[in-house]
Amino acid sequence: MSGIRDRVAVVGMGCTRFGERWDASAADLMVEAAYEAYEDSGLDADDIQAAWLGTVSSFRTGQPLAEALKLDYIPITRVENACATATDAFRNACYAVAAGVYDIVLAMGVEKLKDSGFSGLAIAAGPGSDVEPPTPPPSQFAMAATRYFHHYDIDYDDGKRTLAQIASKNHHNGTLNSKAHFQREVSEEQIINAPMIAWPLGLYDCCGVSDGAAAAIITTPEIARTLRDDYILVKGLGLAVGAFGVLRNDWDFTHFPETVRASQAAYEEAGITEPRAEIDMAMVHDCFTITELIIMEDLGFSPRGQASADVADGAFSLEGDLPVNTDGGLKCFGHPIGASGIRMIYEVYKQMQGKAGGRQLQKADLGITHNLGGRPGSFTCSVAVFGRPD
Amino acid sequence: MAGIAAYGAYVPRYRLGPDTADWNSRVERAVANFDEDSVTMAVAAGIDCLSGRDRHAIDGIVFASTTAPYAEKQCASIVAAALDLRQDIFATDVSNVLRAGTNAIKSALDAVSAGSAKEVLVVVADSRQGPPRGETERASGDGAAAFVIAADGTIAESRGSHSITDNMLDHWRSPGDPFVRSWEDRFATEEGIERIVPDAVNGYFQRAGVVPSEVAKVALYAPDSRRHVRLARQLGFTEEQTESSMFGTVGNSGAAFVPMLLVSALESASPGDLLLAVSYGDGSDVLGFEATAAIMTAQRPAMGLTGWVDAKQSLGNYETYARWRDVWTLDDTSRRPSAASPSVSALWREGDKNVRLYGARCRACGYVQYPAQRVCVECRARDDHEPVRLSDKAGELFTYSMDYIAGAVDTPLVVAVVDFDGGGRVLCMMTDRELEEVRVGMPVEMSFRKLRVVNGIHNYYWKAIPRRTPAPVVVAA
Repeated sequence: MSGIRDRVAVVGMGCTRFGERWDASAADLMVEAAYEAYEDSGLDADDIQAAWLGTVSSFRTGQPLAEALKLDYIPITRVENACATATDAFRNACYAVAAGVYDIVLAMGVEKLKDSGFSGLAIAAGPGSDVEPPTPPPSQFAMAATRYFHHYDIDYDDGKRTLAQIASKNHHNGTLNSKAHFQREVSEEQIINAPMIAWPLGLYDCCGVSDGAAAAIITTPEIARTLRDDYILVKGLGLAVGAFGVLRNDWDFTHFPETVRASQAAYEEAGITEPRAEIDMAMVHDCFTITELIIMEDLGFSPRGQASADVADGAFSLEGDLPVNTDGGLKCFGHPIGASGIRMIYEVYKQMQGKAGGRQLQKADLGITHNLGGRPGSFTCSVAVFGRPD
Repeated sequence: MAGIAAYGAYVPRYRLGPDTADWNSRVERAVANFDEDSVTMAVAAGIDCLSGRDRHAIDGIVFASTTAPYAEKQCASIVAAALDLRQDIFATDVSNVLRAGTNAIKSALDAVSAGSAKEVLVVVADSRQGPPRGETERASGDGAAAFVIAADGTIAESRGSHSITDNMLDHWRSPGDPFVRSWEDRFATEEGIERIVPDAVNGYFQRAGVVPSEVAKVALYAPDSRRHVRLARQLGFTEEQTESSMFGTVGNSGAAFVPMLLVSALESASPGDLLLAVSYGDGSDVLGFEATAAIMTAQRPAMGLTGWVDAKQSLGNYETYARWRDVWTLDDTSRRPSAASPSVSALWREGDKNVRLYGARCRACGYVQYPAQRVCVECRARDDHEPVRLSDKAGELFTYSMDYIAGAVDTPLVVAVVDFDGGGRVLCMMTDRELEEVRVGMPVEMSFRKLRVVNGIHNYYWKAIPRRTPAPVVVAA
């Protein structure tokens, strides 16, 4: 096994403005993201040899990508892996290049959620006995919050304060991002006093439900060097799929083993041994504030039970020692499910190129992205590590 | 001699009463929660009745109600599965008449006497609804009773019966009508109950060679408290002989009313006591029972009528009740897509998981898991496990959320992760809960409930409820 480290490069990226894009269809969004990536890389449709389309519910096959971009009978595979969809489309594209089958490929993630008529997610399950409790995502993650607070003996007010600090930070970062769904400051008090969605999670503990698309053009480092100096390299890719959920009587709901396993795999590939010290930035799956809190521990950034203290100290803010969700995260950039993973890579890419504007970090040499798909107990988790060429 | 070998009851947790805003009545009555119906209440009474008994000894089941959820589809079979009874048993539904409860008990006594069954479980439940703000709504109540009718081990032996059948249109309800309709009150009283019931009771006395003073307790039907007193007096029973009517606590529980009063009478009966059950509806059934010496030593139900009546919670306002009964329609269309029909083949395939609430214990490593897995979650042993019934296991709340978006009728919906004593964990909804009492570690138990009705399919499953029954006695090894 030789792994993926330094074997593929990202040479062009695009990302639409996320939000309630009443003006745009899923195809429109893909065109917007792809043409930004073409322009960014200096490549065009004729250079793309194969493509992977990540989408959870907007399309069933890869064909709509060919139709939108008028691709020339190239192979396209649709990838679906819940909220880890886009990163997994990206991952499959990387492996095809690393295998030497293709030189230049496209990974696209897209989701058009706002045509459903519902304010939350409206993804129907297949036919079944329908006896499972209705647990929209807020409820699933609320159960983790309830147990986390109980486990670490955190009273309700203190717990809500910590979660509010996370949301408030991501809202601040969103104000510095013109593509973000939400671009306004929200105070901790507003967050704490917002209407309940699924106790103990209130409105501002939940991420946006958005439309959007993001695209990455992937190639070999050799070709990348001929195109630009500031390409970025894939250092590690981890994917871990949980099988146990509530089947296990001893799972504690206060950590997500899938994140632990996926990050361990990616760190090992990338040669990271001390994540908190080595990593410069992390774009993580903050679908809910409690998720970001737990992820900080699962990724090895904070010791178990200590993430609240790091949040309170501002460790994960733009000025902190390990900025997290510098672009606003799912919370404020928004969460078009099938696009989010590549959106995260887009931020890492822009930060490494020094093009992150008002939210530009001073040190941005090593970054990770992290996606959690599914529900606590049975996640599909994807972690990717990126670095600059030496 | 055939008789009653065990009894049990069920009364829903909630009451409309003096503390209920806009109820406009000082009289208390029991109300089924939005997810309860005659089937779920029958299951709860069955569990109460069967506590400590071998469920696999039951070889017949009769379900009786005027409010069966299905017009076509047997309810006794749903109850039998939820109670985890054997499959090689006779089952039948008795319906359409207020005396369905005593009809069912009499049929079971006849079956046992004839030798066609050894232990028949009779479950009687009703949840009759009157038009909003009317007398029927005020006087009605929801509840259930259950009996094991057997030849051996009886605590009360049959002392004969007498029935009258009289085609009487004083109360009726046609398919599609949620409300019980009735003719003018005085006609129904004078030409109905006050004419027919005395004929039936006197007929019983003559046939059984009994005089009223020999009766220890009479479980007597009447539509309301005033007429209950009047009818008992007319029949020659003293106040002491008349089993307290449940008006003011539970209400008139329809077909289950007399069976529930019979449960109440059994709870305080002494050996030798003669108990009468007197029902009404298109005639009348009079059933006589004599308590045996075994009544002093027999296993009592986990809760019994008294226990359930006391374990109550006042409903805050009438509006909640109106929403539960669909009198108020909610606009939830903007929140979630409408539910699709459950897949009948999936329901069939998952019957053991969903209705019997079977988990599995791995034969290789002993790990208990729900639902049963073909490959063990702990040791990966393949297809090597035995069923574990979780429906009667005590549990604790491991974690929960209170969802303001997912539940329309019961906002917020409490979604619970329950850990069972002895292993097994289930993700389910919680019902019959007051928000203040919900906390990590709270004791819970499982209750069979109706999740929703889609495509005419009543989809039943188990929910967690705050534990109402006493904690099971743990016998030290």
